[in-house]
Amino acid sequence: MRHIIKPDDFSVQELEDLFDLATDMERNPDKYAHVCEGKKLATCFYEPSTRTRLSTETAMLNLGGKIMGFSDAGSSSASKGESVSDTIRVISCFADIAAIRHPKEGAATVAAMHSTIPVINCGDGGHQHPTQTLTDLHTIRSLKGRLSNFTIGLCGDLKFGRTVHSLINALARYEGIRFIFISPPELRVPDYITEKLEEKGIRYEEYISLDDVMPRLDILYMTRVQRERFFNEEDYVRLKDFYILDTERMKKAKNDMFVLHPLPRVNEISVEVDRDPRAAYFRQVQYGMYVRMALIMTLLELHVD
Amino acid sequence: MLNVGKIEEGLVLDHIKAGKSMVIYKHLGLDKLEYPVAIIKNARSNAMGKKDILKVECDVDALNLDVIAFIDPDITVNIIRDGDIVEKKQLSMPRMVTNVIRCTNPRCISTIEQELPQVFYLADGRRKIYRCRYCDEKYTEKGSKSWY
Repeated sequence: MRHIIKPDDFSVQELEDLFDLATDMERNPDKYAHVCEGKKLATCFYEPSTRTRLSTETAMLNLGGKIMGFSDAGSSSASKGESVSDTIRVISCFADIAAIRHPKEGAATVAAMHSTIPVINCGDGGHQHPTQTLTDLHTIRSLKGRLSNFTIGLCGDLKFGRTVHSLINALARYEGIRFIFISPPELRVPDYITEKLEEKGIRYEEYISLDDVMPRLDILYMTRVQRERFFNEEDYVRLKDFYILDTERMKKAKNDMFVLHPLPRVNEISVEVDRDPRAAYFRQVQYGMYVRMALIMTLLELHVD
Repeated sequence: MLNVGKIEEGLVLDHIKAGKSMVIYKHLGLDKLEYPVAIIKNARSNAMGKKDILKVECDVDALNLDVIAFIDPDITVNIIRDGDIVEKKQLSMPRMVTNVIRCTNPRCISTIEQELPQVFYLADGRRKIYRCRYCDEKYTEKGSKSWY
């Protein structure tokens, strides 16, 4: 039995197979419409989420499976003080696969330690968010046709942004990736991420200004400064509008650069950018659903003829 | 020079950085065990200037020596049998340390989950960096709390 707690739980080859499967699902949805019949997905979401939960649930429904679960800690036994390990033991008795989101870092690891069904980490605090990473990788692969030899700029909250951490770790396994980190000093990439890059001899650059680097980027990955990650409201207010991507800034970018964003967006990307064909963040949502379908099917070890 | 008598069976931990012997004492759990222990602080040392030494009369397999390597892999561990040194044990940094130190990241699941062992893994042997198994927070002696 397998879980996905962080992106590198899957080898590069396994990811290639997963993305091929996702692409085939997109092209031939009918072929996979009944593959999960009789199977149940439990979504255990201890903190609010729209995209990830609905995307995961839709993925299961598209495969012919059923869904159940809770969408905030208040409607679960967590509000009565139940531990993650006890909750997952109980869920294991009901469901065939579990998707968990929890505000505490490492919660999905604890769930996997005690689970008898596959666990999908749908975000553990500011730590890891592997299904978003698979979404991001599959989006880049689909748009650029490759997952190697490009320059990616990651912009915004690189300290608490779990999608960013997972994506950096995942891309570090591919050839010729050049990282450019753009953030205010207070929201720089944590040292445990940059240490890993240094160990592998992967180059990265850090900037404060987005304008300085726009022309060099093949992918721009924008992130939101998340209010819920700050203990101090003043710090949040000071940093939330640090970067705003607008049509003027887009003029400096390559014609074949793509803008990605894990969503939700607040105001870090002006809505006017949505009309730019290089704005790929809504297509990214669609890719995410297919990759989650492929993941569920892979973790449940199901096959179609 | 202060003299402490020989032990018949047990461990002599030598070349402990001056002032660190009590840390070792606590991490080995000696405060909770009944073994006779001699702690020598600030002994003269040609190589180190000053050093601490810990002598424990005990069954040599009774203590988890991995913990010592986690604190300082340069400590010399002498195994004593029948009053003589029979082995100088080479320590290597353990891949995992369990329930020795606590994660201090307030966002870590280990701060709220009941009965969860505090596990740190060796992330970088060269730089002696340990990280929390759950949240990947780096262990720093200054910021972290001992289990004991």
